[in-house]
Amino acid sequence: MLARDRGAVAPALNLLDDTRPERRREALDLLEVLESDAPAPGARRIGVTGAPGAGKSTLLDAIVRNLRDQGRTVGIVAIDPSSRRTGGALLGDRVRVRAGAADPGVFFRSMASRERLGGLADATHASVTVLGVVFDYVFIETVGVGQSEADVEMVCDSLLFAAQPGAGDTLQFMKAGLMEIPDVFAVNKSDLGPPAERTRNELENALGMSERDAGWTPPVLAVSARDGTGIAELMATLDAHRQHLLDTDTLDARRRRGASAAVLDALERRYGGFGLDGIGGRAAAAERLNAAPEGAFNLLRKLSAEIEDRLRKG
Amino acid sequence: MSTPSDPKRDRPWVFRTYSGHSSAQASNALYRSNLGKGQTGLSVAFDLPTQTGYDSDHPLARGEVGKVGVPIGHIDDMQTLFENIPLDRMNTSMTINATAAWLLSLYVAVGERQGVDAKQLQGTTQNDLIKEYLSRGTYVFPPAPSMRLISDMVAYSVDEIPKWNPTNVCSYHLQEAGATPQQEIAYSMATAIAVLDAVRERSDIAAEQIPRIVGRISFFLNAGIRFVEEICKVRAMAELWDEITSQRYGVEEEKLRRFRYGVQVNSLGLTEAQPENNVIRIVLESLGVTLSKKARCRALQLPAWNEALGLPRPWDQQWSLRIQQILAYETDLLEFPDIFDGSTAIESKVNELIEGSRAELEKVLSMGGAVAAVENAYMKQRLVESHTQRVLAIESGELPVVGVNLYTESEPSLLADGGAQSILKVDASAEREQIERLEAFRAKRNGAEVEAALRNLKDVVASGGNIMPPSIRAAQSGVTTGEWAETLRGLFGEYRAPTGVVAGKAEGGSETTRSVRERVHALRKDLGRPLKILVGKPGLDGHSNGAEQIAVKARDVGMEVVYEGIRLTPEEIVHSARDEGVHVIGLSILSGSHGVLVKDVLELLRSEKLDGIPVVVGGIIPEEDAEALRAAGVRRVYTPKDFDLARIMGEIVDVVSESAAAA
Ligand code: B12
Ligand SMILES: Nc1nc2c(ncn2[C@@H]2O[C@H](COP(=O)(O)OP(=O)(O)O)[C@@H](O)[C@H]2O)c(=O)[nH]1
Ligand SMILES: [Mg+2]
Repeated sequence: MLARDRGAVAPALNLLDDTRPERRREALDLLEVLESDAPAPGARRIGVTGAPGAGKSTLLDAIVRNLRDQGRTVGIVAIDPSSRRTGGALLGDRVRVRAGAADPGVFFRSMASRERLGGLADATHASVTVLGVVFDYVFIETVGVGQSEADVEMVCDSLLFAAQPGAGDTLQFMKAGLMEIPDVFAVNKSDLGPPAERTRNELENALGMSERDAGWTPPVLAVSARDGTGIAELMATLDAHRQHLLDTDTLDARRRRGASAAVLDALERRYGGFGLDGIGGRAAAAERLNAAPEGAFNLLRKLSAEIEDRLRKG
Repeated sequence: MSTPSDPKRDRPWVFRTYSGHSSAQASNALYRSNLGKGQTGLSVAFDLPTQTGYDSDHPLARGEVGKVGVPIGHIDDMQTLFENIPLDRMNTSMTINATAAWLLSLYVAVGERQGVDAKQLQGTTQNDLIKEYLSRGTYVFPPAPSMRLISDMVAYSVDEIPKWNPTNVCSYHLQEAGATPQQEIAYSMATAIAVLDAVRERSDIAAEQIPRIVGRISFFLNAGIRFVEEICKVRAMAELWDEITSQRYGVEEEKLRRFRYGVQVNSLGLTEAQPENNVIRIVLESLGVTLSKKARCRALQLPAWNEALGLPRPWDQQWSLRIQQILAYETDLLEFPDIFDGSTAIESKVNELIEGSRAELEKVLSMGGAVAAVENAYMKQRLVESHTQRVLAIESGELPVVGVNLYTESEPSLLADGGAQSILKVDASAEREQIERLEAFRAKRNGAEVEAALRNLKDVVASGGNIMPPSIRAAQSGVTTGEWAETLRGLFGEYRAPTGVVAGKAEGGSETTRSVRERVHALRKDLGRPLKILVGKPGLDGHSNGAEQIAVKARDVGMEVVYEGIRLTPEEIVHSARDEGVHVIGLSILSGSHGVLVKDVLELLRSEKLDGIPVVVGGIIPEEDAEALRAAGVRRVYTPKDFDLARIMGEIVDVVSESAAAA
């Protein structure tokens, strides 16, 4: 894996998704090694969110073309909802991202959200970590359903929100008060003309009212995944956001928060809120994870042991 | 060839047989023999490379050349196809869409060689790309340039090839993809509106030309087994068309508002089990579009009794032609005026259909019309849903199909017991020979002229000029099908239509479905994660129904399903299977190219060390081929007789469990 061997990626993602105890241990071994030894900061991790039909997958296709032209390799994780009734899922984003259909420089993994509400799957964070070792860029596509933006933020360095012209979903989004989360906004389908420009203005105005951390005002771009308009500018904007994170020394902290959240999640899934209470509750655990010099995944075994110890004694 | 004629009787519709295979020469012989048997028009089936714009030696054409139709690579092929068939006296229907402008150009050029003026040419290019995205699957370019090509052909032919139907709006293929009558009516009307609106917007078309253009729009319909409803459907379409042409396009002359249509009767309901029953179905379906004089088709083509087994042989097609001839010449059908006028039962059904389809049509128009409703997947999703309902109804027995879910006991079929002999087998040498002819043609043509013609094509199209003149010049200059299409691919790009399977409600399903779902859930423990399946369609085959229904059912039994739509290469499928980490690959192939394509997938899996992933295959696979596939390592093979999807899913669970246990 550390040799950036593409052939090792798919088996690693299968492993990270595997819930059998023995495979889980192996998965943790892998994550520990990657956390300690993978060169930081490694790949760019970019989340893409937005309502269904906004054009996220098509946009990714355009972005992948752009990056491949520059010789960059790309890993993608796309998450689709599972049916609550049957547990099954139709994973359809691959249909649109044709740029890498048989290209070894592109890796695409579809994931079902399964029991998890919101826009991620349990293995998303870990999968992104693995892809980040092997590829230059990692993208995470997920539908925007309110809560999920906050979730995706935890697995990426930059969050791109794709809106579409005249869409009620953008309004919805603004009402839900989620304007603070995305780092870059792109109104897609600018080829449709005036409605796209109108939506871009609306978004820009709405953003003017929302509070952001100093030094970065989320830009609102007009792009067309269909004809390629604005894609180069979008890439430049994402670069600028990356630079902002490096300049302000916040990339590492953001990654740490993400890793901690993933570890907390795993602990909670396994031991429940009750288990976490055994080590002082969620907030305390998060603090320890954030501060861990060895990294969150390398602390996971230790925390598990503590919880199990408590549970046994309790 | 002499045909009975009686002045007291109405003239019969045009009798056609959809055919073509192997080579231009073999197809020409077939056409002439069919005409000799009393067929009165031609209906050309092209092979998939010709339909999707590839030369016979293109890698994507591998295994497909001359299989399901005739390969036409250049003007000499086209000339051979119509050798000794005078084009000024023939009515030719060509099932051609993405490359329609090209094939029409070749036809015009061959006419010229025969000394026939384009103004005398009669016939139809199917040329309806909307239904290609929704059902038929031989589209190439994105919707906008596709609509432009159609409108170019309409604008050109109105004066230059005035007896030609430049586009044939198709509802046929929608029914074959599971559409309800309302959907058939609404989506085909929306398509006609999209075409006419595009033509109306052209600067080179004057308002006075519109009525004549409207008058050249014809339709291609389906006729299903519920033949009384089908009579009503056609009458409903005629009424709606009258309304649309007069209100939306201001056509005053009644004759130009007439609903003109040709038909191929339903094939989706023709069965592999007890295939002799299909003849009865075909007869009944023919009644739906001939009984009512007011709603009688202009041309009819019938499938054959062995439709679900494979390609028909000349004798099978002859039998279907005889059905038409008996109906037209022996029965008293053509002696009566409309026998349904005044029937209140018919009228109320017609009105019900009009109301239902008008509402659906309004919905599509409010989204921005047919093109928008293709791009946002609305229509495709509705079709997949309707087909799911149909499949579930057959599975539950609610929709009776004799010989399939009802009265399944049977004596051995005396027709089908010929095994491989009861279908047409295209000679394996056809592909090689066609490539040899193509190479010889390329060697003898004038390279400079070809280059100039291609440059001209590119310049004219890029500057917004009409596709037809530079295409006709290209045809005359010896350009090939692949070169013509490649030039346009370079200008327009390529497209992948939405699959329609992403949405839709999950079905609780039958008892078997529920028990399979439990097994899928239980298997999650052994696999460590939920069962993940890749449903793949390799090759140029566009038959997506089976793959779509398999994908939907797999989801409904709790699997995680990756389905990427039609026309993938074996490389793409293996690449996806690896990256997606699937437990099983299901391939669906109905175009007869399973021999080559499945072997390619298996070999690639082996060379990528992924042969631990089991492969199952479904489609039109004759039993002897199925045996060969199983011997090559395919774990299960399914054909149309395996209509019970829940049972198939159960077996896929078996296959995955076996592989997991072996690993
Ligand atoms: C419907 C249909 C069409 C529709 C397809 C609509 C669509 N979107 O799918 C339309 C009208 C568009 C069409 C067009 C053509 N068709 Co067609 N079509 C049929 C027809 C009548 C039914 C197929 C079908 O959809 N059945 C319903 C589905 C649910 O069943 P199924 O696909 O068989 O799937 C079942 C099993 O086979 C199996 N299965 C299938 N796939 C898989 C995959 C997996 C993983 C598993 C587990 C199981 C499985 O499970 C399913 C459950 O029952 C058949 C004849 C027949 N009656 O079978 C001809 C047939 C397949 N068509 C044929 C031909 C030649 C064509 C054309 C190529 C003609 C031409 N020259 O242009 C065109 C072009 C299509 C293209 N782009 O490739 C031939 C193929 C001949 C051959 N193999 O030798 C057939 C056999 C008719 C014939 N006898 O000539 N067609
Ligand atoms: N006009 C236009 N349509 C687009 C554009 N990008 C995507 N689409 C269309 O929007 C629909 C949804 O796209 P998709 O990428 O699947 O959206 P997702 O659900 O957000 O991933 C598809 O029909 C696309 O063809 C664009 O830039 N312009
Ligand atoms: Mg998507």
